[in-house]
Amino acid sequence: MKLRIVHETVYRYDRPVRNLVQSLRLTPSIFEGQRAHDWAIDVSGGIRGPGFRDGAGDWIEGWTVRGPTEEVVVTITGRVETRDTAGVLRGYRELINPLAYLRDTAATRPDGALRDLAATVADATDSLDQSHRLSAAVSDAIAYAPGRTAFHTTAAEALEQGEGVCQDHAHALIAVARCNGLPARYVSGYLHVTTTGEAREAAHAWAEIHVGSLGWVGFDPANRCCPDDRYVRLGSGLDALDAAPIRGIAAGQGIETMDVTVNIEDLERLQEQSAGQTQS
Amino acid sequence: MNYYNEMYEGSRVRDPYARLSQWVEGMPADFRQMKQAEAEALFRRIGITFAVYGEGGDPDRLIPFDMMPRVFEQSEWRRLERGIKQRARALNAFLRDVYGRAEIVRAGRIPARLVYQNNAYEKAVVGVVPPRGVYSHIIGIDLVRTSKDEFFVLEDNCRTPSGVSYMLENREIMMRMFPGLFRGNRIEPVDQYPELLRRTLESVAPAKCHDRPTCVILTPGHFNSAYYEHSFLANLMGVELVEGADLFVDGEFVYMRTTQGPRRVDVIYRRIDDPFLDPLCFRPDSMLGVPGLMDVYRSGGVSICSAPGAGVADDKAIYTFVPEMVRFYLGEEPMLQNVQTWTLWKQDDYRYVIENLADLVVKEVHGSGGYGMLVGPRSTKEEIEAFRAKIEANPGNYIAQPTLALSTCPTFVEEGLAPRHVDLRPYCLCGDRIELVPGGLTRVALREGSLVVNSSQGGGVKDTWVLSE
Repeated sequence: MKLRIVHETVYRYDRPVRNLVQSLRLTPSIFEGQRAHDWAIDVSGGIRGPGFRDGAGDWIEGWTVRGPTEEVVVTITGRVETRDTAGVLRGYRELINPLAYLRDTAATRPDGALRDLAATVADATDSLDQSHRLSAAVSDAIAYAPGRTAFHTTAAEALEQGEGVCQDHAHALIAVARCNGLPARYVSGYLHVTTTGEAREAAHAWAEIHVGSLGWVGFDPANRCCPDDRYVRLGSGLDALDAAPIRGIAAGQGIETMDVTVNIEDLERLQEQSAGQTQS
Repeated sequence: MNYYNEMYEGSRVRDPYARLSQWVEGMPADFRQMKQAEAEALFRRIGITFAVYGEGGDPDRLIPFDMMPRVFEQSEWRRLERGIKQRARALNAFLRDVYGRAEIVRAGRIPARLVYQNNAYEKAVVGVVPPRGVYSHIIGIDLVRTSKDEFFVLEDNCRTPSGVSYMLENREIMMRMFPGLFRGNRIEPVDQYPELLRRTLESVAPAKCHDRPTCVILTPGHFNSAYYEHSFLANLMGVELVEGADLFVDGEFVYMRTTQGPRRVDVIYRRIDDPFLDPLCFRPDSMLGVPGLMDVYRSGGVSICSAPGAGVADDKAIYTFVPEMVRFYLGEEPMLQNVQTWTLWKQDDYRYVIENLADLVVKEVHGSGGYGMLVGPRSTKEEIEAFRAKIEANPGNYIAQPTLALSTCPTFVEEGLAPRHVDLRPYCLCGDRIELVPGGLTRVALREGSLVVNSSQGGGVKDTWVLSE
C-alpha cells in the first residue's frame, strides 16, 4: 500500500514550561515490508538535537524546546510504501542479540495466571506454532475495551481484568512468550484501518517474537492477525515505555494535557477513485 | 591454617619493613595512643566518615585508621601492576566486544545467557563505541595475598569504585603526623592521582570537542554515603561537582548552568547508577539524572565515565570468565589468578559445596559488604546448618570459594603490634593510557582472626607504601 500519514501530538501546559527535552522514535523502520518517503518531524519552537540509529535499528531523534511555552506540537508527515511480509521482519538491520529480550520489566512481569496461560501451549510443535497459539490465547483472554486500562497497567493486571487495549494485549503476549523462553518485544507503530467494525486505534502497538529460523515475527493479538501492509512499524523495546514513540520531560510546574490525532490515507485508493471520476 | 605475614620471614623482619620495625620499637605506648587520637581527630575534622565501598551503615561513623603502613617492594608492585593493567585491558576489550560483534560469545568461550540476560547489560548502548573504545575508565580490582608470590583477584569493580579518597587521605595524614618516616624511606607518591584521573577523563573527550575538554563529577548528592569523596575529588581535580539538576540538554550537547551562563560539558564522571542517568532512556522516575543525556551520549556529544553498561563486566558470574577474556582478547596468560569459584547452579559444583561447607566461603551472587556470607571454618555447626538450608532453598543465588589464607600485616592493637588480615584495592585508570598510582587502598580486619575486611564488619584502613628502587 502507499500510505500518507499525518500524526500530530499537542502538549498543553496550564503554566509555562521551560527546557522541554524529548526523545522521539517516530521514523518508520527500514525493512522489506516498508519504505518511507519525505518523512518529516517537527517540534514547534524546538531545536533538533542528536539523531542516530540505535542498536535495535530504530531512528532516534532528540529535540529540545527552550521555552517558556504553554504549548508544544509534535508533527509527523510523510509517505510509507508497505508490503505484506506475513509479519516477518525481513531485511532488517539491527545489532542486539535476541536473548536481550528475555528480560522482564515491571509491565511484563509474569504472575501465576500469565504462567498458566503460557503453559497452555506446552504441546506446540515448534516456536512459530507456539507463538500463534499464544497470540490467540491472549486475544481470547483479554477483550478489547478502550478506557478500562491506563498506560501503567501491567500485563498481569490486564489479564486479571480480562479487558484492555492494544498495549495490554502486547504486554501480555510478551510476558507469556518470555515465560516459554521465547524472546519477545513491544512494537509501536501505525495501523491503517481499512474495514469498519473491528476498527482499532491508528496509533497502534503489537508484539514481535523471535522465532528461530524466521527471526523476528510480528503478532497483533488486538486484531488476531500478523502485521501486514496496513501496518507501519516505528520502533521496539522491552515494553511500552521502552518502545515509546515520544518520551519527554519539561522543567516547571505546569500540568500537561495531550491530544493525539493520526490521519492515514491510502494514496492508491485515492488515486484510483480520483482517476475514475467521470469528466464528461 | 598458616597465614603469610607480610612483615616477617620466620622471626626475621623482611627488608621493606626494616625501618618501620625500628620506628615501632622506638615508640613509647603513650606516644602511640596520643598519635592515634590525633589521627582520629584529623579524620573527623576533614569529615571523612563515609562507609568504604558504599557498604551503608552509620554515615557518621569513623572508619578506624591504623597507623602501621603496609609496604610493598618495588619488584612486588611491578608484578602486580602488570597483572592489573592486563586485566583492565581484557575487561575493556570484553565490554567493547559484547556491545559489538560479541566474538567471545560466538566462539563459545562464555555463555550467551550470562551476557545478554545480565541485568547490567544495556541494550540501549549496543553498537555505541565510546572514545578510544574505553568503557570502564576507573577499575578497582580487589586483591588478596596468600603467600610471598601469590595474589588472587577477589572481584573487579568496573562501574564506580569508591574508596580512593581514603587512599589519598591515609597518606596525607601519615605525612602530616610522621614527616620523619617519609624522609627516611623512599616511598612512591600517590598524590598525583587526581591529576592522572583528570588527564584520563580529558583523554576520552568526544571527537566533537575541539577545545580543552570540560569535565564534571556528577554526584547523586549529599544523601549519598560517598558524597564526601565526590566533592573531595572534584576539588583536587579542579572540576565542577554537579548534580543532575545542574546539567541540561540543549540541541546536540549537554550544558552546565554557571553564573556566567551555560557551559558545554564534554566528559561526565558519574557516580550514579545506570538506571538513574536519564529518565528518557531508563527509569522515568529518576530525579538524579539528566533528561536527554543518553541521546547526546549515543550520538557522540558527551562522554560518560564509566560508560553506561560497563557493569556487565564485573558481575560475580562473569568474574569466573575474566582469565578466559585475557587469553581470548590478548592472547596472553593471565598474570593475576582468580579465586577458584564454584557456581551453585551447576550440579557438580552444588554437590561439592554442600559436602564441604565447613571448609568454604559461600557468598550471595548479588551480595556485598560482607553480609549474607558464610565463612565455613569460622562458623559453628548450627550456623553452617542454617546456611545450608538457605542454599538448598535457592542454589542459584550463591557462589562458593575456598577459604583463602589471607595474608596478615602487623597492626596496632592495645598491646602493641599484632597480625591482622588485609586486602588491597588498587585503582586502575584507563584512557589514552592505562595508569596506576603505586599502591591502593588497604583494608584490614581489625578483629583478631577475622577474615572479613569490610568496614561494616569491623574493618579499618591503612596507608599503603610502595618503596622506590
